[in-house]
Formats: sequence, C-alpha cells, structure tokens
Amino acid sequence: MNGNKVLGMIFANIHEEALDALTDMRTMGSVPFCSRYRLIDFPLSNMVESGITKIGVVTNANFNSLMDHVGTGKPWDLSRKNDGLFLLPPYSLNSTTMWGNRIDAIYGNMGFLDQSNQEYVLMSDCYNVMNLDFEKLFEAHENSGAAVTIVGVKGKKPADFTSVLVFDKVDENGKIIEASLDPSTDEDVFYSCNIILIKKYLLQTLITTAHSKNEVSFQRSILMNCIKSEKAYAFDATDCFVGTIDSVQSYYDISMSLLNKDTKNKLFDKDRPIYTKERDDMPTLYGPDAEITNSLVADGCEIKGTVENSILFKGVKVEAGAVVKNSILMQDTVIGEATKINYIIADKNVNIKSGVELSGAENFPVSLSKDTRI
Amino acid sequence: MTHKSDVVAMLLAGGQGSRLGVLTKSIAKPAVPYGGNYRIIDFPLSNCVNSGIYTVGVLTQYQPLVLNDYLGNGQPWDLDRINGGVHVLSPYEAIGGAEWYKGTANAIYQNITFIEKYDPKYVVILSGDHIYKMNYAKMIDFHKKNNADCTIAVLEVPWEEASRFGILATDENDKIYEFAEKPKEPKSNKASMGVYVFSWDKLRKYLTEDEANPDSSNDFGKNIIPTMLADNQRMFAFPFKGYWKDVGTIDSLWEANLDIINPNVDLDLSDKTWKIYSRNPMSPPHYIGENAKIENSSIGEGCEIDGLVDYSVVSPDVTIGTGAEVKYSVIMPGATIKDGAKVYYSIIAEDAVIEEGAQIGEIPEQLENSAEWGIAVIGSKARITKGKKIAPKDMIASGEEV
Repeated sequence: MNGNKVLGMIFANIHEEALDALTDMRTMGSVPFCSRYRLIDFPLSNMVESGITKIGVVTNANFNSLMDHVGTGKPWDLSRKNDGLFLLPPYSLNSTTMWGNRIDAIYGNMGFLDQSNQEYVLMSDCYNVMNLDFEKLFEAHENSGAAVTIVGVKGKKPADFTSVLVFDKVDENGKIIEASLDPSTDEDVFYSCNIILIKKYLLQTLITTAHSKNEVSFQRSILMNCIKSEKAYAFDATDCFVGTIDSVQSYYDISMSLLNKDTKNKLFDKDRPIYTKERDDMPTLYGPDAEITNSLVADGCEIKGTVENSILFKGVKVEAGAVVKNSILMQDTVIGEATKINYIIADKNVNIKSGVELSGAENFPVSLSKDTRI
Repeated sequence: MTHKSDVVAMLLAGGQGSRLGVLTKSIAKPAVPYGGNYRIIDFPLSNCVNSGIYTVGVLTQYQPLVLNDYLGNGQPWDLDRINGGVHVLSPYEAIGGAEWYKGTANAIYQNITFIEKYDPKYVVILSGDHIYKMNYAKMIDFHKKNNADCTIAVLEVPWEEASRFGILATDENDKIYEFAEKPKEPKSNKASMGVYVFSWDKLRKYLTEDEANPDSSNDFGKNIIPTMLADNQRMFAFPFKGYWKDVGTIDSLWEANLDIINPNVDLDLSDKTWKIYSRNPMSPPHYIGENAKIENSSIGEGCEIDGLVDYSVVSPDVTIGTGAEVKYSVIMPGATIKDGAKVYYSIIAEDAVIEEGAQIGEIPEQLENSAEWGIAVIGSKARITKGKKIAPKDMIASGEEV
C-alpha cells in the first residue's frame, strides 16, 4: 500500500484539557514542544514521510495559533495543487455547533472524505510525541487483512486519560482477541495510541450508523465492535519513540527524557525528519560567562548566565548571573539578571525580572502562562 | 505578458573566488557557508527582499550546482512569486554560438532580454561577495532625487586602507568626479561597495556600446563606470554607514565569521525588522552535553557538543566530541570533530571529519616564529586521521584523507 492511497486525518483538539494552562489559548496540536516544534508536527511529518499527500486537520476551537503554525502546509510540502493540507473547523459547512465528539466530527466532515480519492484513512491525535514509520503500518494492515489496525505501545497506561483502550489479548499475528476500556491496573499493558488505519468506505459506514444511533464514543461503539467481530489488529510501536502526553507532568517528563542523547536521536531519526514552521532566527549566541550543560537549545537565544538540564525554545534570553535549572522555557522568554529558576515551565514570552527566585519540584513543575510578567 | 517591475536586481554570482582556495574548489563563492546559518548570497538576497525588490536575476557561471540547488525556487527568501521572483541566469547558447560571461558587464549584456521583460526604470547591480545589511530602497530614492544616471554605494574606509579599494572622489553634493581603482595616492576614502543603481535606459546604452568595443574587458569597474564618467553622466556616491565586509580571502572570511560573536562589531543578525533569510536544514535543537563548555560562541541547530568551544562559530549539524577543543575557529555545517581533537584558528569546511586526537592549526602564543602563524583550512568532506597534526596556514583539499 502506498502512502498516496491513504488520507490523513489529524484531530488537533482531543484531550487538550490534560494540559491546563498550556492549552488555554491554543489547541493540543499547537502546544510548543522540544525547543522548536509544535505537537502537530509529529503526526504531520510522519504522515508526509510515509507518502501521504492529503491531510485534513480537524479542529474545534482556539485554533488561531494552529492556523498560524500550519498555514498552507508549506513546511510539510503540503501546499499543493492536488491534495495538500486542509483545515477542518466547525461551522464551516451547514453545521451550527462545535464538533461534539470524534464521531460527530468525522460525520460533519463526510464531504471531505467523499471528495478524497484515497482508499484508506489514517487518523491520529496530537498528544503522542512520536516518530513512527507509517509505511510499516500500511504493510502490516495489508498483510493481515484487517478491517482496522490500531497502533499501540506496551508500558504504563496513561493514568490521566479516561477511557484508554487496552489490548488484553493479542494473537501472534497481531489480531486483537480481547480488549477493555480503562481497566484499573498499575501493570504494564498494551494500550492504544488512538492512531487508526481503516478503509475509507468502512469508516464512513460505521460513522453514519453510529451517528444515526446518537453514539458518542468512537472507542466504545466502533472500535470495541470491530474487536468483537475479530477484524481489528494491533500494530506494536513499542520499539519506536512514542511519548503519550496526558498531563503537565508527563509533558515535562517526556521533554526531559530527550536530554538523553540516544532518546533524542530516536525521536529525531535522521531518516524521518520532523518538519516545522521556520522563523529565520540567527544562531544562538553564548556570552563570555555562559555556562551550559545537558540542555537542548533552538536558534535565536542569547545565553549569558547558567543553564543546566533545560530545554530552551527560540529567542530565549538568559541574562548574566541568572541560573536556569531543570526548566522548559518557551519562545522569547526572558530570564533577568541574577534570577534563579528551577523546575519551571514558562510559556511563550514570559518575562522574569531581575533577582527573582522561583522553584517547582521534579514531580511538580510550576507552569507560568503566556506573557506572564514577574 | 509579464508584469512590469520598477526595479530589477542583478546579482553577480559567477565568480570563482580563487583566493578562498579549497573552500571554492567545487562551489561558487556566494554559496560558501557563513555565520552558522547562512551562505554569503543570503545577504544580498535578503537585502533585496527587505528593500521591496522582488525581481532578482542571479548570474551564475563557475560551479553553479550547489548554488542552484540552494536557491531552488527562492522560497526561503519569499522569492517564489508569480510576478518576478528569483531567476538563475547561466550562460547559454544562441544563434552565432555560445559564450561564457566575459566580464561583469558582459554578463548583464547577455541578459538584456531578461531585464527588458520587466520594463524596469532602474537596475540594481549586486555582487555575492559581501556581508552587509543595506536598504537598497533608500539608495534608489537617493538616485531618483539626484536625477542620477548611476549611483554607487560608498563606505568611508580608513585612509591607510583606501589604496586597496576602488575609490570615488566626490564634490559637496556627492557627485562623483573621479574614480580610481586601487589608487596609490587616494584622493578620498570613499570606497565603492560594488553596489550600483543604474537608470536602465542609460545602462543599456553603455552596455551595448561597451560590447561593441573589442578592446574592452567588459567589466563594470574597469570599463562601464570610467566611460560613463568620461561622458559626464550624472553619477553620485550614496554614503553607507554600517557593517560591510568583503569575504574574498581566507583571513577576511574567518574574521567576518567571528564578527557575529564580537560584541564590539556593528552586525546585528537578530534584528527582526531586517531578517537575513536562509534555507533551513530542519534539524532538531542543538544538544549541549554534561561535559561541554561553551564560551563566547555561536552554535547552530542540530549540533551535538560534548567538548570545549571558545570564541568560535559552529554551524548546524556539527558534532564536537568529549575532550575536543575548538578555539577561534569556524566550523561549517555537518563537520565532525571527534573526541580529544583540537581545532585552533581554523576553518573546517562542510562535512569534514577530524578524527580523535588530531590537531588543526595552532594558538599564536604557542608558536616561536609568529610568521608561521595563519588560518588552517580543511576542505569539505576531507578526513584528518587520528593524531595527525595540520600546521597553521595549511590547506587540505576537499575529499582528501590526510
């Protein structure tokens, strides 16, 4: 199966309640991540790298920053005459409400599905930081003869999400024999990442039926039924980098895990680059008294103070005498002279004036919302 | 029908830049990496776009492959346009034979058809050899105000250096009355920056006459400007203030690179109102390891730094291993400096590999005879084997293993 037979569908808003203030003014998909990316860059880039040429981005509200980021899709080579990137907000055609749930959103975009000549649909949300080879998924789907293939990873179930689909029993071919929704367990499980490959006509049929019955849960009403009729297969992505962001804490932990060079290089696999919108900043400048260790830094920063175990986005300034430890500083944040911060997540354009001391804890990083002045 | 453009810029990018030695062996000078994220040509191109000039012809001749590839459809500079945009103009074959560009003026002459397509009033002639930020729109306004036929941008240089430049003598109204190429006894310290604005009808006339003269070397500095001056055309010098550097030699290229980290130099690349655009390699953020030490340097995205970097410009996607030292050097994209290797006062070109424990160049204080000191250059994709020492001033050719 070639990527050009697959239509991509990305849901930009799903689970955004998990990130509190980080999603106050933006979608899950436009949450900044790892110095220079937004969460939507990961599914978008993976889809494009697998040969997908048409992608719809379903969004509900708060999508100003998302529109600004994806634009015409040029950074992902999706600004095209044929196919390309399509933003699918509510109210755009005949609908008078926001998308209520996934079934509702897909139903509302039935026209988009109809007008696409791709045979399959690959759906993804934006809360997985990942680098997956979808070509392998396409191959597995074709070989197994599955009606639907669901990407899953083995590990601790994302604790802060409700209704996580867990594959309790999977046969040697990947067929899901038993599954449950949200079992209470602390053991490692094989859980769904909500990345789903399905034939387009089948999706359309299932959605139309579910919508006519006023069903509300895609997992409960559609996926569980597919599993019961033994047509659903799991695709194990445990070997790839997949980080599920289900809370501010896991956002912080997954970010920090990238300070390990091997982990970082697993996510930023040179064979499957992650694309993003560029800003044409100059390279980062380090001053004469700068001290920096174990950190990830984007372009456009000016570092005159000390930075340790931290992740710095574009245009961050750390003034002389300032000490930044174990923190994530988003675009254009300024840390004033002789300021000390530890375990802080500072959103874009935060300005911490000179001499302040601020500290969170490893299991409780403190978030500062966009444009905060201290 | 082509949409009319008031101004067309023609960027001379065909020169070999032979004084850059191994660095321009397989790429044209304007394509040489500079300042970490850039190539030299990003400066005139970004200046054009920032000045509102969206029709740019880039004249290529020598080793155009990397340059053509880099320019692509001009998208990084917003020059992928329906009207105008960036056009690569290489020599071509016509009835009567094919001809290389014989000189800078001939290169423009051979592309008169390209320029005429836009029916411009003014043509800006630029070169791909200089690092500077300049608003050409102000220069064109100055040209219009003076009702000039030709305007040449000038920079006041120290008197003792004036004999290295093309020097323009002007009256109190900035009108040029004399032009002298590298004069022994300069009458002024106003040096030509190689940036010209011409009224197109006048330039076309002089290009055509120059082409008909078999004795001419078809060069702007040697032929067109002196002839126009002799004909009493209205020629003015546009005074420019700010950073401007010719990067035609190894020493000046090295110096201009380190200027981006020198706080005393007036070259601000962080100015959001005058961005220098470039093609981005799409690399992840740079990673600074546990044992790294970085002082007074610039680091590009995609780098992995575990060693010491002091007063150096490190371009994107460079790896510097544990215990390695990089001082007063320019490391171009994709180079690898392995564990324990030392790089002092050097330029390491793209994708070169310096193996463990090798040493490139030397710190001047370590040399008994200071005459031996100079910048060492390692060509692109060259490999310096384990423990090998490369002396100051040495040049290792591209792709060579030493």
